[in-house]
Amino acid sequence: MKRQHPEISLHVLVKTLGCAIKKSYFLRKHRCLTMESQKQVLERLRGAFRSGVTRPVQFRLTQLQAMMSLFEDNETQILEAMHKDLAKPKFEAVLSEIELVVNDICCTISNLQTWMQDSYVGTNLATKLDDCFVRREPLGVVLIIGAWNYPLQLVVSPLIGAIAAGNCAILKPSEISQATEKLIAELIPKYLSQECYAVICGGAEETKTLLENRFDHIFYTGSQSVARCILQAAAVHLTPVTLELGGKCPCLIYGRLDMKAAAKRLVWAKFFNAGQSCVAPDYVLCTAETREMLLPFIKEALESFYGSEPEQSPDMGRIVTDRHWNRLVELLKKSEGKVVIGGESVKETKYIAPTVVVDVKESDALMQEEIFGPILPILTIKSLNEGIDFMNEREKPLALYAFSDESQVVATVLERTSSGGFCSNDGIAHMTLPGLPFGGVGASGMGNYHGRWSFETFSHKRGCMLRGWGLERVNVLRYPPYTESNLSWLRWATTAKKKGWASCSVM
Amino acid sequence: MEKQVVDGLREVFQSGRSRSLQYRKQQLRALHRLITEHQADIEQSLKQDLNRNLYNTSLFELIGIESDIKLAENDMADWAAPRHVKKNLNSALDDVYIKPEPLGVVLVIGTWNYPWAMILQPLVGAIAAGNAAVVKPSELSEHSARLMKELLPLYLDKEMYQVVTGGIPETQELLKQRFDHIFYTGSSTVGKLVMEAAARHLTPVTLELGGKSPCYIDKNCDIAVACRRITWGKFANCGQTCIAPDYILCEPSIQDRIVQEIQKTVQEFYQEDPKSSPDYCRIINTRHFDRVLALMNDCTIALGGENDRSQCYIAPTVLKDVLPHFKIMQEEIFGPLLPIVTVNGLSEAINLINTREKPLALYLFSSDKTVIKRMLTETTSGGVTVNDVLMHYTVDTLPFGGVGNSGMGRYHGRHTFDQLSHHRSCLIKSFAMESLNDARYPPLTAARLSKAKFFMQHHLCSCNGVCVWAIIATILAIGLLVGLIVVLIQKTPV
Repeated sequence: MKRQHPEISLHVLVKTLGCAIKKSYFLRKHRCLTMESQKQVLERLRGAFRSGVTRPVQFRLTQLQAMMSLFEDNETQILEAMHKDLAKPKFEAVLSEIELVVNDICCTISNLQTWMQDSYVGTNLATKLDDCFVRREPLGVVLIIGAWNYPLQLVVSPLIGAIAAGNCAILKPSEISQATEKLIAELIPKYLSQECYAVICGGAEETKTLLENRFDHIFYTGSQSVARCILQAAAVHLTPVTLELGGKCPCLIYGRLDMKAAAKRLVWAKFFNAGQSCVAPDYVLCTAETREMLLPFIKEALESFYGSEPEQSPDMGRIVTDRHWNRLVELLKKSEGKVVIGGESVKETKYIAPTVVVDVKESDALMQEEIFGPILPILTIKSLNEGIDFMNEREKPLALYAFSDESQVVATVLERTSSGGFCSNDGIAHMTLPGLPFGGVGASGMGNYHGRWSFETFSHKRGCMLRGWGLERVNVLRYPPYTESNLSWLRWATTAKKKGWASCSVM
Repeated sequence: MEKQVVDGLREVFQSGRSRSLQYRKQQLRALHRLITEHQADIEQSLKQDLNRNLYNTSLFELIGIESDIKLAENDMADWAAPRHVKKNLNSALDDVYIKPEPLGVVLVIGTWNYPWAMILQPLVGAIAAGNAAVVKPSELSEHSARLMKELLPLYLDKEMYQVVTGGIPETQELLKQRFDHIFYTGSSTVGKLVMEAAARHLTPVTLELGGKSPCYIDKNCDIAVACRRITWGKFANCGQTCIAPDYILCEPSIQDRIVQEIQKTVQEFYQEDPKSSPDYCRIINTRHFDRVLALMNDCTIALGGENDRSQCYIAPTVLKDVLPHFKIMQEEIFGPLLPIVTVNGLSEAINLINTREKPLALYLFSSDKTVIKRMLTETTSGGVTVNDVLMHYTVDTLPFGGVGNSGMGRYHGRHTFDQLSHHRSCLIKSFAMESLNDARYPPLTAARLSKAKFFMQHHLCSCNGVCVWAIIATILAIGLLVGLIVVLIQKTPV
């Protein structure tokens, strides 16, 4: 549910020229920080981190509870902001921006004490009397850069993990979803400790400057091109990163299946947030027969969701900006496929109808970039193998979907492809489960989060060994002068293994 | 040439050859045979590279590699199996798990101080995880590199695992290619360059770097035993170990005692003249020899200091009254010089450690639990051993890796497998229970919304860990059991 489109700097240039005065007023009013004081913010947070204030579990729980209150007290304002930015239907905003996040906070609060405990590991013969455990420690000051399509969730969800793991954090919400950016800048300092958490607003230039600083982890949600710059900036300081990127998520529909249910689930996943989700099924692969059977059910599902005129439905979202709307309309124009459903668009309201395009070829404009809009191309394949090969020739996607009632089909697709996540017979659903790590692979990203995984992402796992003073006689085996017999004993000790015992490699 | 190598490997990887666990185990067994059949050759190569004693080689490299291979073979099925996770009500009937998958083509760049272990231990994990791999041994340990290039293709599948040798130009050429993961062991300076190269292809990296690993000796401890252990860890491999205790921190009152004990131990380990001891190594080359020697400038030598450039020999050396601004305290020593920096107690030691980059390892010798607790809580490092040195490296259930400047990512044992796999989240649903899904579909109604919220919120177990369903199931089972017993009793003939 994320993405920032390329060419941010062009957008910012236009905005900066047009809105300089408005922006500085906005900055002063809403406690957003200008470029010049970024360093000061960072120093303040670093000082707070060094003081150890974020370490006790009580502090972390208090901050998480404050986050909970933020959502409880401000639901109306949140929904308003979502509506201003994306005409986000209340239903979608509640489920994807409020409920999902509140669930995560709840899960974290309930489990934090357990997660924070040292986890003891198995030892071997030589270390039986020692304490060996993994301790999770905070990293320091982390940077979280959000995206505009789920502007609150994509910044707050990682923040929950950062807080839980005991870090300080700087949030950089997307400047494209302005109303939400403003709200975040206002609410975070109101609810969370201002010593430990700050919001920095701005566009590409401000972000670039921010990235010159040293962080202990950078969490970025957005596009591949920007991700490369972020990774390069991180390399200068050897900062680890989590990148939640995008790509074209394929949806293979094959074999025997419940067409009606498949169509409903596909339509829901595709047109949620007007197709502006990083895990939305980007395109469909199916045989011509399947397509013919599916289309009427897709029409039926669309009608049951949005009525006969989706433009009038309060449950249909809008495209985020004119620029993004233009891009999508252009794509549709350039496409050589046949529009069988929808195709209408209204510039003033940034509306694009739920659109289905068939007879799309590999070389089509719709297949050259992530669509990120309510346009669903359907490509025809003749066999399962052809579909799998097609997907494998492309970059590893963030999500891959297979719809089939035949478990063998699902198993084959799962076995022979790779993707960040996989879901059979549904779309998006896998990312709503906090037990599953959510992240990409290859071009779709690195690292993961959600639930416990967020906590782990923002922690350092320190391997600790506490030895006693005894057994110095055993240590003699490892000391010089080296002898054959000592070596044999050590070898024996390390090769005497049963299954389930940890092995010992002695240095 | 490098591009061809990588493209070739990728094609073979994509054919799916390494997916079967059988294949991977076969490769690991072959690797094991390589080590056992050519142990003498490996020992010889290390003697030529580092003047490493053959026992030293087994102890420090071969045992570790063999252990890792055996562990991977035994546990691979467990590691590669789907890992089921908690569900919520929405997914109660679904299959929800994490599936470890190979990444693709992995690049392993080794280093010269433990040339075999630093390549083969990551390689074992790469093979176990089902990847193809390019291995680039360090050109500084040239005999080992040459031997590796010769032997690996004789044992492993050449089409899946290749050795590329060479120096900086070859490495740079390799780094221009696209890999699915880069595993680098070496210095922080080069680590940054590796990460920058990886950034172009959005390639994830594991960086096992270094730094100055501090060693604090509390005055309340068995100083004799502490010094023995420190001497062993510091001067093994002539100090050229990424987790060797780099410098000592202690109170002034025990500094002389420490020097004495180390002196005694050096004598015991390497006799009168470490230069002629078969158990004492050499510095890798004259460039490093010069670098290490220069660090001694302005320092007071309490022990050792002798050196011989023609042999790249530097005696086990202890430097006392070293101050934090001395040159020797500005970079990782990576040699047999042990500076002692005096501090007035634990707090000062902690402050000194925290003003520096996060180290790869941290050591502490103390019998006082509060000292240990404070040091662990108020500092951070890749790993820690208390009351010994190096040993946390040997427990393969502990993840081994750095933090901050000392690296990112971790490995050893199962952790290598996990590091070189992609953990794919899988949700396997059926088309059944479509009516449940109605709650999430538009048009919005208050009823639909609350139903959707309900199903999203509840885990099968309640938030405080009490598994409601398990309790219900247990009660039912007990009830059934009681019923069965009653029936059986009634049926028993009198």
